[in-house]
Amino acid sequence: MTKDKNIITPQQFIDELRRYQKGSVTRRHFLGVTGLGLATAVMGGAMPGLKPRKAYAALSGTVNFTTWPSYFAQENIDKFTADTGVKINIAVFGSNEEMLAKLQAGSTGWDVFVPTNYAVSTYKELDLIEELNLAKLPNYDASTQEQRFTAEGIIDGKTYAVPKDWGTTGFVYNSKSMPQKPASWKEFWDLAMNEATGRAMVHDYQLTTIGNALKYYGYSFNSNDEKELAEAEKLLIAAKPHLFGINSDYKPSLISGDAWMSVCWTGDATQLQRDMPEMLYVLAKEGGEIWSDFYAIPKGAPNIEAAYALIDFLLTPEINAKEVVAHGYPSTDSRTNKLVPKEMLENPILYPAVEALSPLEFGAAATLTNPLRAEIMARFKSA
Amino acid sequence: MTAAPARSRAVTALLVAPAAVFFVFLLIVPLMVVVVFSFGERAPAGGYSPAFTFDNYLNLAARGKAFVNTLTLAPLATLLTAIFAFPMAYFLAVKVDPKWRVMLLVLVMAPFWTSQLLRYYAWIMLLGGKGIPAWLAYIGIADVRIINTPWAVLIGAVYGFLPLMVPPIYVSLEKLDKRLLEASADLGATPIRTFFQVTLPLALPGVATGSMLVFILLMGDYILPQYLGGGKVFFIGNALVDLFLQSRNWPFGAAVSVALVAIMFVTIFFYMRFVLGKTGTRRAALV
Repeated sequence: MTKDKNIITPQQFIDELRRYQKGSVTRRHFLGVTGLGLATAVMGGAMPGLKPRKAYAALSGTVNFTTWPSYFAQENIDKFTADTGVKINIAVFGSNEEMLAKLQAGSTGWDVFVPTNYAVSTYKELDLIEELNLAKLPNYDASTQEQRFTAEGIIDGKTYAVPKDWGTTGFVYNSKSMPQKPASWKEFWDLAMNEATGRAMVHDYQLTTIGNALKYYGYSFNSNDEKELAEAEKLLIAAKPHLFGINSDYKPSLISGDAWMSVCWTGDATQLQRDMPEMLYVLAKEGGEIWSDFYAIPKGAPNIEAAYALIDFLLTPEINAKEVVAHGYPSTDSRTNKLVPKEMLENPILYPAVEALSPLEFGAAATLTNPLRAEIMARFKSA
Repeated sequence: MTAAPARSRAVTALLVAPAAVFFVFLLIVPLMVVVVFSFGERAPAGGYSPAFTFDNYLNLAARGKAFVNTLTLAPLATLLTAIFAFPMAYFLAVKVDPKWRVMLLVLVMAPFWTSQLLRYYAWIMLLGGKGIPAWLAYIGIADVRIINTPWAVLIGAVYGFLPLMVPPIYVSLEKLDKRLLEASADLGATPIRTFFQVTLPLALPGVATGSMLVFILLMGDYILPQYLGGGKVFFIGNALVDLFLQSRNWPFGAAVSVALVAIMFVTIFFYMRFVLGKTGTRRAALV
């Protein structure tokens, strides 16, 4: 090990021990001369329990976390509470508009919430979210994130939201119930109105439903052009009697076999396929939506320290990897992706080929807030 | 009214005060806020922007279909509930041994002890592909679609509001003087004729009160059409949820709310006319 010939021999060690026991030498001398002191210090530094950790002692109370359904791993939530003593109250919402409506009304009491990329700029305009102090998020590394997903969280050089994961919106179909193999939005809508009548579902969500109706004609997912929107509305109203339902909670109906096809988000497709391998996820040829979700802290959050701690905890690569395994949406962080199991990395639902991603579009803020689209959605639902 | 001494008037005022405060702050003030909002404008990113415009009321026709849907399904559901509730109440009030009556009435109300959402999910499963349609397919009636249609909403409404309709009818039937039925039989009426000419008219106030309760609750309901209608049945309640939480057009939502309240007032006006009769005094008790 070392070239030092002056390593203490067993006999010398015992001599020193006897001297210490008799009180002739101090403990400090004993530990120094035998090398035990140094050895213990090295061992102590290597023990995981004794490693320096975040100052969790300052945290208390509860943190109110508002997120989407099936979007977190319960074991991570429990671990956070066990580590910090802070209880997490989880509220679940199904749409960005609802979260926006609640935050506009004020006094929500939320500490952390999960907006989608197109909503962040609206929140900043309405002055509803805090600028994030990245020093309090040591586990977030902007350089390991895919830039196209972080871009919308940074406004005027300031970070208002940090990316959680990303995903796509395509459609899922039950290959056992349907002999056809749809690969485009045209086929989806045509099948919905003909062979698969009464078996298709769309989201109760203006962005994806109107967007994918626009895709039938090859228009942009984000189109706000009145003529194009009018054509999309005609398609929607023609399709409505044939639809099984207009519901963003489509998994139960797909699982029970009542519905055979539905507009679908990545992670839901992952979860469905786990239980039912016949459920196939399709990224339509004409395109669709690619999106990323962020963590953000609303203004007036009651427990800001715990909010930062929670976001930092959930973005830690090891914890984030467990999140990905649980909810099935791919992460924006390359460090996390290294820790995700191989079968998931090779799953084309989660990590599609680059060519499949290129026709997809990010939703735009103007698309979210366009009142004409809201009117079309209302007319569609009441038709 | 006899001249009451000032002291007793003060005492009356004090006793009424808590209820009055409750009504003013929890009913009148919010209603005023809604009316004020209904004259405003939608802020660019959603919400309320102070203004004074009648546009929202002029635009009510845009949600006309929601009103039509609700005003056809709600009365139909109320009628069906009354038809189902009447035999149940009649059985409880007239045929059942008095010592079992209260317990059976409690059992009728028992579904209210469970979560409404849970009951709707139970119906989604019962009316879905693996439930009743599967049984019907077994006996030969194939490809029946019940869930996510207005029929499912009707079934859910009748089931959900039955415990609300039974007690008022029960109370009015319980007060029925059995001697009147005897007298009718003595005069030569068949049981069926007795029922239609004696029992039913005397029970009508109870039916009216129960119907009022069910109708008003149905008019504002949005969970029932959303879950059992699968998003395809659009009630006024759904329109309101959409306007406040999705498109965030609060002024228009406020206008729709005011329209809904106006419809309720008209309904209650006719109900009171019926129960109080044309002379203004009570023709019969409210039950």
